[in-house]
Amino acid sequence: MIHIDRSMVGLAAATLILAAAGGFVPDWLAFILTLALAKALVVQGVVLQMRAGLVSFGQGLFFCVGGYAVGMGGHFFGINDAPVLLLAGALAAVALAAVLGLLMTRYRDIFFAMLSLALSMILFGVLVKSSELGSTDGFNVHPATFFGLSFKTEAYKTALYLLTVLLAGGGALVLHLVHHSGLGRMWEAIRENEIRVEYLGLSPRWLLYANYLLAAAFAALGGGLTALATGHIDPEMSFWTTSGEFVFIALLGGTSHVAAPMVAAVLFAFVRTYAIEFTPHTWQMILGFVLLGIIVFLPKGLWSLVRSEKRAKA
Amino acid sequence: MTTFYAIFIDGMIYASWLFLVAAGLTVIYGVMRILNMAHGSFYAIGAYCAASMVGWYFSDFDGNPYLSYLLLIGCALVAGLVVGVVIEQGLLRFMYKRNELLMIIITYALLLILEDTTKLAFGVDPYFTYQPYALLGRSDIGGLAFANYDLLLVAVSAIIGLGCWLVLNRTHVGKVLRAVIHDREIAVAMGVNVRLMFAGTFIVGTTLGALAGALTAPSISVSPGIGVEVIVLAFAVVVVGGLGSIEGAIVGALLVGMTRSLAVHLAPQIELFVIYGVMSLVLAVRPQGLFGRTLARKI
Repeated sequence: MIHIDRSMVGLAAATLILAAAGGFVPDWLAFILTLALAKALVVQGVVLQMRAGLVSFGQGLFFCVGGYAVGMGGHFFGINDAPVLLLAGALAAVALAAVLGLLMTRYRDIFFAMLSLALSMILFGVLVKSSELGSTDGFNVHPATFFGLSFKTEAYKTALYLLTVLLAGGGALVLHLVHHSGLGRMWEAIRENEIRVEYLGLSPRWLLYANYLLAAAFAALGGGLTALATGHIDPEMSFWTTSGEFVFIALLGGTSHVAAPMVAAVLFAFVRTYAIEFTPHTWQMILGFVLLGIIVFLPKGLWSLVRSEKRAKA
Repeated sequence: MTTFYAIFIDGMIYASWLFLVAAGLTVIYGVMRILNMAHGSFYAIGAYCAASMVGWYFSDFDGNPYLSYLLLIGCALVAGLVVGVVIEQGLLRFMYKRNELLMIIITYALLLILEDTTKLAFGVDPYFTYQPYALLGRSDIGGLAFANYDLLLVAVSAIIGLGCWLVLNRTHVGKVLRAVIHDREIAVAMGVNVRLMFAGTFIVGTTLGALAGALTAPSISVSPGIGVEVIVLAFAVVVVGGLGSIEGAIVGALLVGMTRSLAVHLAPQIELFVIYGVMSLVLAVRPQGLFGRTLARKI
């Protein structure tokens, strides 16, 4: 029996409000929100790993796999249904993660960070050199159908927005349950003290393996939605700076609540849209200072500002 | 046979460049346990300073062309020193108590800041300073022409490698540094001024990074983004050799350089990822790198 708490009600309400808003928000806003929420899905995976004490500078790998699966499904296999493509992307990412995870779960700390970075850069190198996949330019993604229904331009964007909102909201709900399950608690225990978890008779390696697979699936979903929304994919999705951006958003939001990555991703998208317009050459600098500020003043992320319950300061 | 020569010499040239780029990174990690993501930016700053100064020297100041090499190195030293002091004193020294993972993210923030600072200071147009590169001409080795500048780089890189090794293993400062590397707390207890050691190491590290950039500037077009490309290569080299080890960086650079050269000549389509392939392979077998120390697990 699932205990329904305040967070779940809030998430469900937020999802419904966002979905309803899809009917009347202007196009550009819906587009920004679609991209931001797709990114939030990837960041959920990064946060999942952070809760277990791992920082991945290579989550772009699975983001890219998800995107390319969507693109290639339409181009080479004639599959054009968005949910099917997204599922295929997630499965491809999980399959890849199932192999890489065997290696990755042996590493912690900076070695995990560096090796994940190296793996994503390998995919980047492969894609840049594959001319069938458009090399550095990538290729365009065919417009998809939704459960067999095809839509015209305007309606297509709305349909994609709705799908993204539902996946982001649903994903957050699932993760909320996972975080409060035994599995989620064990991940936190690994972060606090891995050796003691071993003493309890559990295998940190297999716990982290599950964590890695789940994070990969979320990244692929985000990648697939991004590919559908922008209508284009290129190897840059796997470049390490893309992964760096996910880490940034994860830290911006904090890891204490599943809504944090979504809020952070939306905030990030808006700040970026305006910053690039007004100060194109100092945008990264602003990001850098914000990141330093968060690390120094808000180590638990922006979410620590909105937490209502007061906690005794240790 | 010609291919063999080409592979070997290209490999040596590339390896020596890789070592130049990676040396500063490994020195900083070795002593301070900071995996410095901003290292690529130091490289870029060195390259920009050198390119703009040398460009000015040749266009507006009609001096002896050979003095431009001094200018090249001088720029790197000044840039490295200034950037090193500012960043260490202004930011990093307040952060030393944080864990290694967070330090990566802090230096990532630094990278973002420095990337834009370079753009603001030097603009986004590429700089070309081919003169020091062209000045030395070419030599013929086994029927193949190689730029003398590249060959000189091999020697410079060897000197820097040897210099680092000598300082670390044959001087008093080196001995103190090794004590800090081995056990920071005991070193403090023995009266070592660890803060001073950290500051010094960081400045040496940034200067090595800037020097690598300055020495590379004549053979590339200096444009935004060079730092971001370089940092992952430097990581690969350092991780292969074992983080924080000078010998490791030398071996890592040779391994990665030769492998890439083999790939370039024999299988060009895998050139871009063979480096990360080597890195992943080494990490899969020896997670601590070829020369890394295994740490005992503490509860």
